[in-house]
Amino acid sequence: MAALEEEFTLSTVPLGAGPNGLLGVEQSDKTDQFLVTHGGRTVILYKVSDQKPLGSWSVKQGQIITCPAVCNFQTGEFIVVHDNKVLRIWNTEDVNLDKVFKATLSAEIYRIHSIQGTEPLVLFKEGAVRGLEALLAEPQQKIETVLSDDEVIKWTKVFMVFRHPVLIFITEKHGNHFAYIQTFSSRTLSKYTLFHGQEEKSVIQNFTASVDRKFISLMSLSSDGCVYETSIPIHPRDPDENQRVVRSLLLKTVVAGNARSGVALTVLDQDHVAVLGPPLPASKECLSIWNTKFQTLQTSRELPQGTSGQLWYFGENLFMLHGKFLTVIPYKCEVSSLAGALGKLKHSQDPGTHTVPHFVNWETSRGYGFGSQNSEQSKRILRRRKIEVNVPPPAFEQLLSTIKKDSEKDIEVELCKFLAVKRTPDFHTIVGDIVLELLGRHTTEPSFYPRNSLMQLIQTHVLSYSLCPGLMEAALEKTDVQMLQLCLQQFPDIPESITCACLKLFLSISDDSLQETEINMESVSDCSDPVQEKMDEQTEILQNGFNADEQNCDSCDRKLNQKPQDAAEETTSCPVVPKRAALLNAILHSAYSEMFLLPHLKDIPAQHVTIMDWICLLLDANFTVVVMIPEAKRLLLSLYKFVKSQICICSELNKIEVSFRELQKLNQEKNNRELYSIEVLELF
Amino acid sequence: MGEFKVHRVRFFNYVPSGIRCVAYNNQSNRLAVSRTDGTVEIYNLSANYFQEKFFPGHESRATEALCWAKGQRLFSGGLNGEIIEYDLQALNIKYAMDAFGGPIWSMAVSPCGSQLLVGCEDGSVKLFQITPDKIQFERNFDRQKSRILSLSWHPSGTHIAAGSIDYISVFDVKSGSAVHKMLVDRQYMGVSKRKCIIWGVAFLSDGTVISVDSAGKVQFWDSATGTLVKNHLIANADVQSIAVSDQEDSFVVGTAEGTVFHFQLVSVTSNSSEKQWVRTKPFQHHTHDVRAVAHSPTALISGGTDTHLVIRPLMEKVEVKNYDAALRKITFPHRRLISCSKKRHLLLFQFAHHLELWRLGSTVATGKNGDTLPLSKDADHLLHLKTKGPENIICSCISPCGSWIAYSTTSRFFLYRLNYEHDNISLQRVSKMPAFLRSALQILFSEDSTKLFVASNQGSLHIIRLLEGSFKHLHTFQPQSGTVESMCLLAISPDGNWLAASGTSAGVHVYNIKHLKLHCTVPAYNFPVTALAIAPNTNNLVIAHSDQQPLPNDKTLLYNPLPPTNESDVIRRRTAHAFKISKIYKPLLFMDLLDERTLVAVERPLDDIIAQLPPPIKKKKFGT
Repeated sequence: MAALEEEFTLSTVPLGAGPNGLLGVEQSDKTDQFLVTHGGRTVILYKVSDQKPLGSWSVKQGQIITCPAVCNFQTGEFIVVHDNKVLRIWNTEDVNLDKVFKATLSAEIYRIHSIQGTEPLVLFKEGAVRGLEALLAEPQQKIETVLSDDEVIKWTKVFMVFRHPVLIFITEKHGNHFAYIQTFSSRTLSKYTLFHGQEEKSVIQNFTASVDRKFISLMSLSSDGCVYETSIPIHPRDPDENQRVVRSLLLKTVVAGNARSGVALTVLDQDHVAVLGPPLPASKECLSIWNTKFQTLQTSRELPQGTSGQLWYFGENLFMLHGKFLTVIPYKCEVSSLAGALGKLKHSQDPGTHTVPHFVNWETSRGYGFGSQNSEQSKRILRRRKIEVNVPPPAFEQLLSTIKKDSEKDIEVELCKFLAVKRTPDFHTIVGDIVLELLGRHTTEPSFYPRNSLMQLIQTHVLSYSLCPGLMEAALEKTDVQMLQLCLQQFPDIPESITCACLKLFLSISDDSLQETEINMESVSDCSDPVQEKMDEQTEILQNGFNADEQNCDSCDRKLNQKPQDAAEETTSCPVVPKRAALLNAILHSAYSEMFLLPHLKDIPAQHVTIMDWICLLLDANFTVVVMIPEAKRLLLSLYKFVKSQICICSELNKIEVSFRELQKLNQEKNNRELYSIEVLELF
Repeated sequence: MGEFKVHRVRFFNYVPSGIRCVAYNNQSNRLAVSRTDGTVEIYNLSANYFQEKFFPGHESRATEALCWAKGQRLFSGGLNGEIIEYDLQALNIKYAMDAFGGPIWSMAVSPCGSQLLVGCEDGSVKLFQITPDKIQFERNFDRQKSRILSLSWHPSGTHIAAGSIDYISVFDVKSGSAVHKMLVDRQYMGVSKRKCIIWGVAFLSDGTVISVDSAGKVQFWDSATGTLVKNHLIANADVQSIAVSDQEDSFVVGTAEGTVFHFQLVSVTSNSSEKQWVRTKPFQHHTHDVRAVAHSPTALISGGTDTHLVIRPLMEKVEVKNYDAALRKITFPHRRLISCSKKRHLLLFQFAHHLELWRLGSTVATGKNGDTLPLSKDADHLLHLKTKGPENIICSCISPCGSWIAYSTTSRFFLYRLNYEHDNISLQRVSKMPAFLRSALQILFSEDSTKLFVASNQGSLHIIRLLEGSFKHLHTFQPQSGTVESMCLLAISPDGNWLAASGTSAGVHVYNIKHLKLHCTVPAYNFPVTALAIAPNTNNLVIAHSDQQPLPNDKTLLYNPLPPTNESDVIRRRTAHAFKISKIYKPLLFMDLLDERTLVAVERPLDDIIAQLPPPIKKKKFGT
């Protein structure tokens, strides 16, 4: 469930109200530190958790900052643009902006984008895009004009897709909107016309976007108060042609239709968006979190002093203006999984990184790493694959021989070499073979346990349980919970018996040994206050597996009355330490089918039953949510129809039965003679 | 054979008592059944389900629990708080012992058969040691807060499960303390019932406890952890009884809706060693509550309020397709409840606590086969004779002349003299009957009504000479040395010279009444005797056994009339034997010849019995 935490104000200095008061908030290369660019002359670096400024820089009187300051993640330097064309680059030691590096460009800059993993990208107002390094090498280079006359950029964002940046910007011309996608891997710029569909009259007020491997999902907030979604392919079929994309309604009336200003929209994660604006025409402005999957309002926070229609989201913090102050509202969304109901549907949380295929799709696995969706090209890949399968790369041969005899260190070195080589289409089978080879040596030579190599191989994201049977068993044997967690997260096809064995191990491993191991805590990152409760040892009388502390029967009634309370306490406090919780979460996220899991679950020892009950409660809560999914609607509807017809049949059958009974009664009356009679019987 | 006038009597308003408990004994293949009036019956399943013994009921002795112990000893417990042991030889109660825990609701004998547990109203579970001739209180287990309705031993004898109201307790037998308490959900179809009564528990050797309760659930519990493993909601009403087979691969439960469900342990998939309890077959042989079930190696046995004892053979366990493979429904007692005075056309009906005397009607008309003749005089209810005291009547008889009525209860023997003056009847009790006559199992008058034969439960046979208004003890045939088997069937030859008497197994004794000595003994047959008669004129003794063997062939000694000559071969062959079959009657409780050409038949249609029971739980056949 998404939740907003207590808000706090970042700047003590009042800013100018409205959109001009604040140009932007950007991440710096250090966590928890953000660059806030005031509309005007100042850039301030804040440490958010301390609510404290770490540094402040201003441009000279007469100059004006035109573009929010960003951090170059590759060098740690800060970049700002003033007077549209002048770049300033500095770092934290610099005091005076006037004395730092300066570059004057030949065209006006719209925005500098900087994200992890790539150099900053400069977007010019005419639509051209340049990498910062190329630009600094020749500042006065000619910048081409991409956009037509009267076409202006309204919004822009950059993503990392398969380690390459993809830049999107939206322009407007005479009320029409266009989307441009600039990819840097293939250096293509594709243009799309945003087709408004039926809602022609509404004016788009705000944009946000997220990326999902092949598509950019562009969301827009229109003046009618609804959120629309448009899917734009990252790699167009024909880059030269101007294509039209249609938007579809995603959320209805999230803000009042007539709201003039102060509306904003930003994507938080796969299923959640944050919306800024007044929910009702007369009401105060609000920050609301909506779940797009279930179409539900998750939480909302009123901003009585008004806001500016600007909203930024980084990490776990939402930044916005509240009145004249920059306000931070920490946002968290507990990881909830519909594991039991939907099977495995794991989504990578942050866009731009590699996503794991949800199901074993051999076709995509083969093509993985090529980044090409062109059908003609994939045919070529298939043809090429036939040749390559028969001729494994030499690094592989080398590696196999190393595995057979050399030390773990040597193997690691060889493995690094192997992984550095470009991936072949049958990469996953080769990786599987390597793992099997390593495991083979492990079985013959139990002291040999190349943990690092195995971890590295699992992290290639191409392995599955069936590709390397025995890996999890070995990890179970070694109580290597970290590797098990990784396997549970990565493998889509773990047998239920192994899942259960993992569960048993996770439940039985001592807290002390957990403390020493390194476990990915991402799934329980919001569990801030661990309750370190030790389970009580089993005492005399147990009620349904729970200890009721019953010494004699006289206290039974009292105990029974207390029970609901106890149960409530039981559910509110998590009985496991966060590390164990992270491991259990991995189990819950893994795919299983109840029928096969249940027989193994019976083997869970008694002292772990409390934890099991707690998990069941968690799952139950999730199940109730499932029926609300739009996808379930059709199923429910047909189910309803079916049941209705069944009831119909049953009621008719009942009527027939009653009629038969009446007939039978009549029949009986005819046969039923009096209590006494004398009859003639002839026997022969 | 000829034409008969048949008096078809359907006014014998007899309703058997409902079945409360059944207990199956594997060693002897016998089934003990207790009824709501306190009667306990013993059925011999090997002898074609013949009810070979019975213990008469008692108003204050409602049995709630029944079980067999080592050495085929039978115990019962009831609402009067007494544990009773039955003497299966002498057919009387060996002793009754107060358990001092209030009404007894449940009972269980340990797997080795030497310890007896009773569950009482006050929440106590009491352990008794079974000694060779009695039982001895050993100790109490931890007392629970409400009555113990069901008990079951773990096959190892170390733990027991006890079903109470809203929870099941698991006790350690050694310490007598509760180790687990398993609360049962009161919820019933989402509605919270006031209480959930655990009607039955069964403890399996793998530690699973199966419970059945008033919310319609069959639940599987893990007794090691005290957790619910599986839940089957099988009925909208109470599930009242459970019985598990010795192999623990199948069990049966009975519900208040009259349904019996069979559960079996079957493999999850073929070839898999993993097994799962699956509800396999539902049987609807009852209309009312199934209060008790038992599981013999080859059959499911159930009984309840609708008074039927139903034996449903498991077809997969039956090897030969014979009588044993057929469904059995036993409703009526396997003994005589009616006697007839031929001379005066009187019928004496025996009920649990009273006798009724009826005079048959008459007709002057004649007709052909199948005709119902117009009555010139209807049947009359002459007399209603109520017993004193709480005991049930064991047996009764009216003399052929109609002037004497005799009946017996466990503690007293009654003889009445009837005087007929026109339409008035006066009744005169013969006082000072000797004490040895009480608890008689069978009473018979000689054809000329001058002698009374009484078979006592000690195996002896008394002969009494009847005089006008008084009697004289003539002779007593003592049982043969070493046997105490009581006689339950008597037959006298029409000439009054020969008396045949039979017990359940030891053969038929024939006595010479003139010389008052044992004439001969017919060797015992594998199956018990169910009926005896001596043919007039020939003095041939006819014995019927419970095996219902095929009809005798043409060479039989029995009088075989010439078959009709004008019929086809097929019919002639079919009718070539001595037995003539008519299938037009409802269940017959009595049949006798009043004279050469007149028969009396007492029928008891099952529908009439069902009509007298409280209405069953209404259940839609096609549920919604």
